[in-house]
Amino acid sequence: MKDMILKGAVHKYGSNVNTDEIIPARYLNTTEPSVLAKYCMEDIDKNFIKKVKKGDIIVAENNFGCGSSREHAPIAIKAAGVSAVIANSFARIFFRNSINIGLPILESPEAVIAIKNGDKVEINLNKGIIKNLTRKEEYKSQPFPEFMQKIIKTGGLLGYIKGR
Amino acid sequence: MGSTITEKILAAHCGKKFVEAGEFIEPKVDIALSNDVTAPLAIKEFRKAGVKKVFDKNKIALVMDHFTPNKDILSAEHVKFVREFAKEQKIKHYYEGGNVGVEHALLPEKGIVVPGDVVIGADSHTCTYGALGAFSTGVGSTDVAAAMATGKVWFKVPQSIKFVLKGKLNKWVSGKDIILYIIGLIGVDGALYRSMEFTGETCKKLTMADRFTIANMAIEAGGKNGIFTPDEITEKYVSKRAQRKYKFYTSDKDAVYHKTLEIDCGKILPQIAMPFLPSNTKAAKDVKRTYIDQVVIGSCTNGRIEDLRVAAAIIKKGKKVNPNVRTLIIPATPEVYSQALAEGLMKTFMDAGAVISAPTCGPCLGGHMGILAAGEKCVSTTNRNFVGRMGHTKSEVILSSPAVAAASAIKGYIATPDEI
Repeated sequence: MKDMILKGAVHKYGSNVNTDEIIPARYLNTTEPSVLAKYCMEDIDKNFIKKVKKGDIIVAENNFGCGSSREHAPIAIKAAGVSAVIANSFARIFFRNSINIGLPILESPEAVIAIKNGDKVEINLNKGIIKNLTRKEEYKSQPFPEFMQKIIKTGGLLGYIKGR
Repeated sequence: MGSTITEKILAAHCGKKFVEAGEFIEPKVDIALSNDVTAPLAIKEFRKAGVKKVFDKNKIALVMDHFTPNKDILSAEHVKFVREFAKEQKIKHYYEGGNVGVEHALLPEKGIVVPGDVVIGADSHTCTYGALGAFSTGVGSTDVAAAMATGKVWFKVPQSIKFVLKGKLNKWVSGKDIILYIIGLIGVDGALYRSMEFTGETCKKLTMADRFTIANMAIEAGGKNGIFTPDEITEKYVSKRAQRKYKFYTSDKDAVYHKTLEIDCGKILPQIAMPFLPSNTKAAKDVKRTYIDQVVIGSCTNGRIEDLRVAAAIIKKGKKVNPNVRTLIIPATPEVYSQALAEGLMKTFMDAGAVISAPTCGPCLGGHMGILAAGEKCVSTTNRNFVGRMGHTKSEVILSSPAVAAASAIKGYIATPDEI
């Protein structure tokens, strides 16, 4: 399998970023990814959607995505152009949802400490290596399991199940 | 080596004698639940898999409770979409309109979920049914779509944390105060990925309503599930409601736990959680004078008849709610509503100047029926007080029991029932 490489600028947040902040319930009357993307992170960072560029990476501390089970949260992040989220830890439903919809998420406390807002970062998903291009540093994460890479390539769990 | 109640239920659902924490399994689900916010996504994903029929029309519950009665056109379109799917697939447990209740109050009340079950729901508070002695957890829409297609779901067997509840409860202390106290103790990720098992002598004194409230908020500590050992109180609740056969499981004495925490419930006073995390707890009496604009008594956490009884007794004593406080009473289900009417509780609320709403999740998640403006504060019996949860990002939600919420409605500030 060819290495999956993701590259972009970092938007950094703290602990317990919750799904109400990622996509407030007032926008849950739609399931359309492009609409959800417009309001992504609105209640924690009003300017996020103006700043974010395709490929960018969110870095956060503990328990990212806590709260509601809304899959709209990882969908909004993915549709906003974010290529991956790196955190110390993820809330468990958010973790499942991200894998199931094909949003790469990585746990790496050493990366979270070292990476600063705005840094340019490159992730090799197969090897679980995070390169900080701004600071010329390298951090370790878990290699992304092959089945999870396949889920991402087939556009989510159901596409993957069908393919099998 | 013995097993925990969670391990036993999971093992039984994948045809094994034994499962171990950390093991990946694919158990059968007894009920897969979804609501008007999460079902539309689940149905779209289900279609993607190219499956024509759901695995079992009797094992899927679709409850239109979040933005209903439909708050706007887009929400109405969602509900219509789900209704058409339910009709096409002949889904047995479809609830909308006059028979709808807040899902996690409704399903146990109707006997749709029973002890010993494995239940998944595309709603984080699906962990509520652990109060019955079921394994029950929140997942996403795609997981529910896969379960609707295959009848199964993948899990990693969680490690368990044992909470031993001891001591005599103080006056006004309810299940809500116990769980807020525990979340304050361990933090919003204190049980991340783990099962929270509640045991100990105090459990015998907890009503089913208290147990539902405690299990309901396991997710606010990051837990995968919250679970109680079923007993005669469970039996009394379940025997007249269960639509299916049920089974009581108990943990073995030599079961392995990640850790054990003893909770002296005798030390707990009525709790509140200040903005903006459910772990930001303190005794209600210790807060400095904080004036409020709204009170909400309802939700999957605290909208049951026991909750309304406690609130009504305090409000009756105080006669009128404070004119500065919009007091919203939201019975969680039609049965709760009807019972509250029969007992005269609704008359008490109306005479006191409260607003009574049809069953809905409504304001809990900032959907409708009680949204806050910038600068407004609300004491609420719901489960989350995140930034913007009930409205404007500059509004604030303070979590409490029905007793503290009712006392605060009378006083116009965060108050304890002893002040009434």
